[in-house]
Amino acid sequence: MAPFVLLAGLFVGALYLASSARLDEADFTFNNATEVATLDPARVTGVPEGNIIKALFEGLVVKHPKTLAPMPGMAESWSVSEDLLTYTFYIRKNAKWTDGEPVTADDFVYSWERFLNPATAAEYSYQLWYVVGAEQYSKNVNENGAPKNSFDSVAIKAKNKYTLEVKLNSPTPFFMDLMAFYPMFPVSRKNIEEAQAKWPNNNEWEMQWLRPENLVTNGPFTVEYRRVNDRIRLKKNPMYWDADNVAMNTIDALTIEQAGTALNTYLTGSTHMIPSVLPSLIPTLMEREDFEPAAYLGTYFYRVNTTKPPFDDKRVRRALALTVNRKDIVEKITKAGQLQAFGLVPPGMSGYVPASFQGAGEAAAKAEANALLIEAGYGPGQKPFPTMEVHYNTSEAHRDIAEVVAQTWRDTLGIDARLQNQEWKVYLDTQNNLDFDVSRSAWIGDYPDPNTFLDMFVTGGENNKTGWGNPEYDRLIRESASEPVPAKRLQILHDAEAILMDELPIIPIYFYVTQNMVAPRLGGFYDNIQDEHFPKFLYWMNDEELAAKRAAQPGVWTIVKDVGPSEGLYAPSWTGPVPIPSNN
Amino acid sequence: MLRFLLRRLMWFAITLFCVVTISFFMMRSVRGGPFDGERALDPAIERNIKARYHLDWSLPKQYFQYIGPLNLDEHRAELFGGDGAKPFGGVLTLEFGPSFKYKDFTVDQIISQSLPISALLGMVAMMWALALGVSAGIASALKRGSRLDLAMRIAATGGIALPNFVIAGFLIIFFVFMLPLLPVAGWGSVKHMLLPGFALGAPYAAYIARLTRTGMLEVLSQDHIRTAHAKGLAPKTVIMRHALKGGLLPVVSYLGPAIAGVLTGSLVIEKIFKIPGLGTHFINSALNRDYTLAMGVTILFTVLIYSMNMIVDLAYTMLDPRIDLEDM
Repeated sequence: MAPFVLLAGLFVGALYLASSARLDEADFTFNNATEVATLDPARVTGVPEGNIIKALFEGLVVKHPKTLAPMPGMAESWSVSEDLLTYTFYIRKNAKWTDGEPVTADDFVYSWERFLNPATAAEYSYQLWYVVGAEQYSKNVNENGAPKNSFDSVAIKAKNKYTLEVKLNSPTPFFMDLMAFYPMFPVSRKNIEEAQAKWPNNNEWEMQWLRPENLVTNGPFTVEYRRVNDRIRLKKNPMYWDADNVAMNTIDALTIEQAGTALNTYLTGSTHMIPSVLPSLIPTLMEREDFEPAAYLGTYFYRVNTTKPPFDDKRVRRALALTVNRKDIVEKITKAGQLQAFGLVPPGMSGYVPASFQGAGEAAAKAEANALLIEAGYGPGQKPFPTMEVHYNTSEAHRDIAEVVAQTWRDTLGIDARLQNQEWKVYLDTQNNLDFDVSRSAWIGDYPDPNTFLDMFVTGGENNKTGWGNPEYDRLIRESASEPVPAKRLQILHDAEAILMDELPIIPIYFYVTQNMVAPRLGGFYDNIQDEHFPKFLYWMNDEELAAKRAAQPGVWTIVKDVGPSEGLYAPSWTGPVPIPSNN
Repeated sequence: MLRFLLRRLMWFAITLFCVVTISFFMMRSVRGGPFDGERALDPAIERNIKARYHLDWSLPKQYFQYIGPLNLDEHRAELFGGDGAKPFGGVLTLEFGPSFKYKDFTVDQIISQSLPISALLGMVAMMWALALGVSAGIASALKRGSRLDLAMRIAATGGIALPNFVIAGFLIIFFVFMLPLLPVAGWGSVKHMLLPGFALGAPYAAYIARLTRTGMLEVLSQDHIRTAHAKGLAPKTVIMRHALKGGLLPVVSYLGPAIAGVLTGSLVIEKIFKIPGLGTHFINSALNRDYTLAMGVTILFTVLIYSMNMIVDLAYTMLDPRIDLEDM
């Protein structure tokens, strides 16, 4: 009998524990994929963190959900000097922190000082190095790791309570994009200083100020509940200056790591947006109205170790680059409409003409590649090409691509190419130590400008990781940074990319697409090149609006079940019918 | 009894010390560090991150800081030249340090959030395992050789042979997509626990069914059962009162390893059903090189496994007076 009594006891206990942690369903639930590293805007680098920080904090500007043009955020308006070097931001007077204090220019000075101070260890601090004195402030440190320079040497100044002035080293066309980038969002000085006073020991304040009960924010939402590897529950912030234009009252950001599990939750209606799907299901999903991959600012490529023979020979690198079977990769493996890449910079940057190394047709490319190898001294009658390894981090998708690449090199060039996979952290170590032949890589642009891709490959750059360097390339990248005329600047960047595509320290493979599955009824969520979605714009369409949206979409898509409230959920200020925010 | 406990505790301390020491040095000898990312760090910033977590110290010093109980950083006791703000710390004071990956939490906080969830999942799994296993085992033993017995044994073999994630897949297809009765993933209500609990418990249920069957068959053929029948007791009373107690002994000795297995083996099930338990941390912390969290979870698992086995040994003596703790 005893076991059954025990069982009954366990069951009662289970029920008790289970009932203690239940939340109502949120208005909007999405999969944020992985647990966020921290809620501190200064110390994050990832997309999942960005999604949460864009809900909690607001920078000087936000981005229009469709066009990504800057719209007023904490700054009501701004002006740029004629030489494009001085930016003046006028902070809105009705912006408040959740503790009731006004948001001021001083908050930005404090936050950016903290962001640039190497003691904060902000991984993204180089994003503000366009400001006069900022790079020196971050880099010149004493033996304790504290900056030698005073922050007065950095041209970030509060002119008065509501006016912030920033001076740049050189014209930076994407500076306003950076102002909407989450690491640059302000934090409350009072919030942090109070925590420092209360918990001075062992950096405990660094965790304490971010606890939901202590955290002070200025964005459209606040944290209501947080459990590691489960969810962050966001709640609408009534103190937010634009609260009248925020529709969702609660948002759940879940951390579902398995793509299969995430899809299951989406298909059963318990999540409304998931950021990725299982590659094997893409052909089926492509027919659905709620899966519509769109161009994304990312490039999938292989790095080549240019310090190691035979890869130090640019003819060999070109032969390898020419023969990669990109068509098979995008059609048979990735399958979501990715574009074949023959350059580093993805399409879609306005005004920029990408450079390319593309050969003339498949057969010609093959012939050219073989000729190049012979010219370099490899092939029949000459020395044999050494066995090489295609290095990638352990993942099914990367393995499939590496297999195709290795196979084509074997078949067309007679090179014995083998696969080498490593677990993520070991893979990074191998890459940093240049201990590979060719290695899978990818880069997602931080802002919509070619520079975010091209400045990676300057000689000795931290993210170069190919051993490659070219003085002319470095000169062009430097020159582009000080060129005030946009068209000229883009031409210089194009010339730099042309050098890169001539020397080919990297082998471009494809350009990314987004893979969001989005509930058809969800409004305010648009495809854009940065896959950037500010949660303040999200709302639920009513039946009428949904029908209008569906009438406008091409008829080939399968209509799916429309989860969400049929009467819609609109912001308090909504007057209808379609609340796309205006573009100031 | 007391001697038994003392001896066990001593071995426990030795085991724990070995586990902590070996895993501390193993963890740090693995290639790749906690702060390596796709984007390389500026040297000044990297230095500050490492200093924050004392990774710039020598390994032995890091080890003694980790073990405690004396804190070695600038807040150490005034006696040793610190500012005295925090003289003690480390594992011996039950402080497992800040997580390197989840920077807003200490390892203690992460464990206190996820341990109850894993424990609850384990409980539900054990309930399934015991309820199904014991009843199937008894039924099999009583109807030995019947079709029922055969069916139960085939099911048990299947349960042992099928990995729990395959069972989970079938359950999701049947109970979520074909018959929309239960939620597909998540944690919060009893409904969320049924499928993962079953999938996790199924292999153990199968094993328990086998053990119960064997144990019951052995007991049923013994003299005291024949006597009980001869006394004219109702068959139900004979089984529940007399046979079950002896017949379940093998099951009890299996419970220790089973509970430990359910607790430490839940990571796949936790991933499939999105359960914020310990299993996910066990694997993710190692992959992230989150030294402190990986160590914390390892120590916790060691303690759990050890204490479960000890409890089972104690329970054994209560069920079977022939067993003496002094012999163990």
